[in-house]
Amino acid sequence: MLYRENGQFKSSYAADQQMLPILQDRLFMAGLLAFAFVVVPLVASDYLFLSLINPFLILALAAIGLNLLVGYCGQISIGHAAFMAVGAYAAYNLALRVPQLNFLVVLVLAGLIAAAVGILFGIPSLRIKGLYLAVATLAAQFFMDWLFARVKWFTNYSPSGSVSTAPIEMLGWTADTPARKYLLLLGILVVFTLVAKNLVRSHIGRAWMAMRDMDVAAEVIGIRPVYAKLTAFALSAFYCGIAGALWGFVHLGSWEPLAFNLNLSLNLLFMIIIGGMGSLLGSYFGAAFIVALPIILDQIPLWLGIPISTATASHLSFMIFGGLIVFFLIVEPHGLARLWSIGKEKLRLWPFPH
Amino acid sequence: MKKNWSVYLLGATLLVGLVLPLATGASPVGFYIEVLLGGLMTGVLYSLVALGFALIFKASGVFNFAQGAMVLFAALAVARLAEAMPLWVAIVLATGIMVVLAWLIERLVLRPLVNQEGVALLMATLGVTYFLDGFGQTVWGSDIYKIDLGIAKEPVMILERLFEGGILVNKEDFVAALVAAALVAGLVLFFQKTATGRALRAVADDHQAAQSVGIPLNRIWVIIWAVAGFVALVAGVIWGSQLGVQFSLSQVALKALPVVILGGFTSIAGAIVGGLIIGVGEKMAEVFLGPVLVKAFDLAGGGIENWFAYVLALLFLLVRPEGLFGEKHIDRV
Amino acid sequence: MAAAAQPQGRPIGEVILAVEDVSLAFGGVRALSHVSFDVREHEVRAIIGPNGAGKSSMLNVINGVYHPQQGTIRYLGQEFHDMDPHEVAVSGIARTFQNLALFKGMSVLDNIMSGRNLKMRSNLLLQAIRIGPALREEIAHREVVEEIIDFLEIQAYRKTPVGTLPYGLQKRVDLARALAMEPRVLLLDEPMAGMNLEEKQDMCRFILDANEHFGTTIVLIEHDMSVVMDISDRVVVLDYGKKIGDGTPDEVRANQAVVDAYLGVSH
Repeated sequence: MLYRENGQFKSSYAADQQMLPILQDRLFMAGLLAFAFVVVPLVASDYLFLSLINPFLILALAAIGLNLLVGYCGQISIGHAAFMAVGAYAAYNLALRVPQLNFLVVLVLAGLIAAAVGILFGIPSLRIKGLYLAVATLAAQFFMDWLFARVKWFTNYSPSGSVSTAPIEMLGWTADTPARKYLLLLGILVVFTLVAKNLVRSHIGRAWMAMRDMDVAAEVIGIRPVYAKLTAFALSAFYCGIAGALWGFVHLGSWEPLAFNLNLSLNLLFMIIIGGMGSLLGSYFGAAFIVALPIILDQIPLWLGIPISTATASHLSFMIFGGLIVFFLIVEPHGLARLWSIGKEKLRLWPFPH
Repeated sequence: MKKNWSVYLLGATLLVGLVLPLATGASPVGFYIEVLLGGLMTGVLYSLVALGFALIFKASGVFNFAQGAMVLFAALAVARLAEAMPLWVAIVLATGIMVVLAWLIERLVLRPLVNQEGVALLMATLGVTYFLDGFGQTVWGSDIYKIDLGIAKEPVMILERLFEGGILVNKEDFVAALVAAALVAGLVLFFQKTATGRALRAVADDHQAAQSVGIPLNRIWVIIWAVAGFVALVAGVIWGSQLGVQFSLSQVALKALPVVILGGFTSIAGAIVGGLIIGVGEKMAEVFLGPVLVKAFDLAGGGIENWFAYVLALLFLLVRPEGLFGEKHIDRV
Repeated sequence: MAAAAQPQGRPIGEVILAVEDVSLAFGGVRALSHVSFDVREHEVRAIIGPNGAGKSSMLNVINGVYHPQQGTIRYLGQEFHDMDPHEVAVSGIARTFQNLALFKGMSVLDNIMSGRNLKMRSNLLLQAIRIGPALREEIAHREVVEEIIDFLEIQAYRKTPVGTLPYGLQKRVDLARALAMEPRVLLLDEPMAGMNLEEKQDMCRFILDANEHFGTTIVLIEHDMSVVMDISDRVVVLDYGKKIGDGTPDEVRANQAVVDAYLGVSH
């Protein structure tokens, strides 16, 4: 009875189409944002920021990017970390060679470069789908791995192949403490989530979903498949490019070419499978899950008093990942997001049984 | 077929690339042949893994991404068991384990997902890969283990009179090629000459039609997966004895993807031919093309091998998606 | 099957769509052989014939989904034989499918809104910001879609995921989506398949209303002869990919070849 919509009538289409039509949701979101922006920086420890919260924010952004392509537009990609790499190296080179640029400008430019590369690697999707497209995206992954490792210009001729970055400075404000980094990341994530939500509700979002659900029918009602697919690739790569740049600059600080390898691509895919494909909320859930799981696994032995070596813990996490992927695919293909909305449905009825 | 010219163009480019090092005299003939043989041998190994893919896809339409993990698991099993018992016993035991494992995968993972599209199945087998990876290393350990087939490891110099300097070949490679050939021959016989084999081919062609003539679909699938498990074992033993049994073995599975794309997902012959082409192409590209690129673009070392197979597969996908021997897919609306 | 008499709407105009000597084959199977007929603006044209006669293939050719090996489609003065489906859609030809082709992952409202896609113009950036021109466009198109929802009486199901609706309602959503495109020509592939009497009456009413109010030219494939006789202006009969009859319903009913192949005689 707390969560009922009684009395909340919509008298205009604009009201009906809002992001959060139910008042309780709006209050909750406002509270959440206030908590995130004001309370968290004051109470969370540095360790929490560095190991849990900041990576979560960046990976959530990347997961949203991948979800746009895979969950909303139905095109498979198992090499998406390649676009994160493009974003990271583009940002690195821009910051290095054009130091006057504001970091946010660098981010957007890096994202645009990643988007261009995304369009390039999206071209095969015009001819092939499903498993075949998956292999094409693998080609992108391995080629990019090689490119950034071998073409020395990208790493500024660094002898070890690694690059490092300085803390981000904008308009006199330096993001040098974990809490400040957190605020920067949070701000960026909120903006980009809003943009993603807008796109998904708009006619391009419907075009993507139409291509996913039945592409022949989509063509027949006038949707241009080339435009739909390539914009999905472009936007997805844009998001991942920015996430990659943030990953490199804010989270890692310095990285070597293999920082954006196949493992990361598969992790992104797992995030959206477990979290929920075709759902922005699901991207958040999935990212949180994948970031938290290794840490929880590390801690469990301590809580239980059973010592497990790091190697075993890592093997166990592989097993749990794998098992969960299979579990979700079989039991709840729409992931945690679906479980969440089922929970909300129950909440609407609470405390009544039906 | 309006796509003809692009296929020929691709083929011609590959042939030119193949012959170029010889034609320009950039490489001594003996060395060239060594590289060629090395590529062929690697190709044989890829083919073995791809065989497992093709078998399963042919019979059930499922893309078994977990084939690589199965190869690794099998190799680990053999390597560790062989520490406690004679090799042949270990192999027999491991075969049993693999068959059970294959059956479990079919039962627990694939049967429930039978109505979903290929991508969901791909991701499920990806999950299985991760699971097997972790499980295998938990059970068998994660050091590098050795499988000793009792074959001399020193390379042998042959044909010294024909080519200057002779050609260095590995006895083990020959054995590998022989075993692969025997396996393929055995499989072909099995499919063509036995009733079960016929049933398998019927299932591969049309599930419903096969069911309607009384072929027990589920049992057939179990058999197919068991066979794939066995093939994984053979591949695992051969790879393991060559490279040592280690984690990167499951990366091998990924390489088999371009192989089945070139060969056609449903073709045994395609898996062989595709494997050989990829093996040779990769080696040639690394040894001959690599230095050229390094000089031209001032690169930091080679590593072309890592992506050559995939880019080649991508090109094939664009000009001939059904592969060399696969079937064309017509969509009816 | 009591239905309206001949539609009273707009007078039937000039030829708007013409199929000229179209032949289509898949491998060895000839789906269509030298089929020619025309469709006049504002009329209701039925295509009938036994199963496998090539009726759906004919619609697919008009739509651009199949490209005929021979022959052309002439529409609004242009000739084409290998246009892509989305180009055909943009030029004003819409289509429903025999087996439904709804977007199962979306709600009824979103499905119908997707029919408006070809008319929506705001670019990616405007959509990303949403506030301003993009939102206004959404609302304007939403109003059009709501009119169609009212027209087809599916208001209660707006937000329901299409996959959960009963078959008859799904067919209505299919029709709504096609109407949302504001087409000049509407191709309906067995719109009443699988419906009971009441549902058929409703569907007939919708089709005729669309024809009268929006002036949409209708080309429909239908098996129920009473429907065909009642609502169509002219009929084309196909059998084994060939045209064996063409004319008003009465003419076709009297055509011996048609009777032999399809209609049969009453005993």
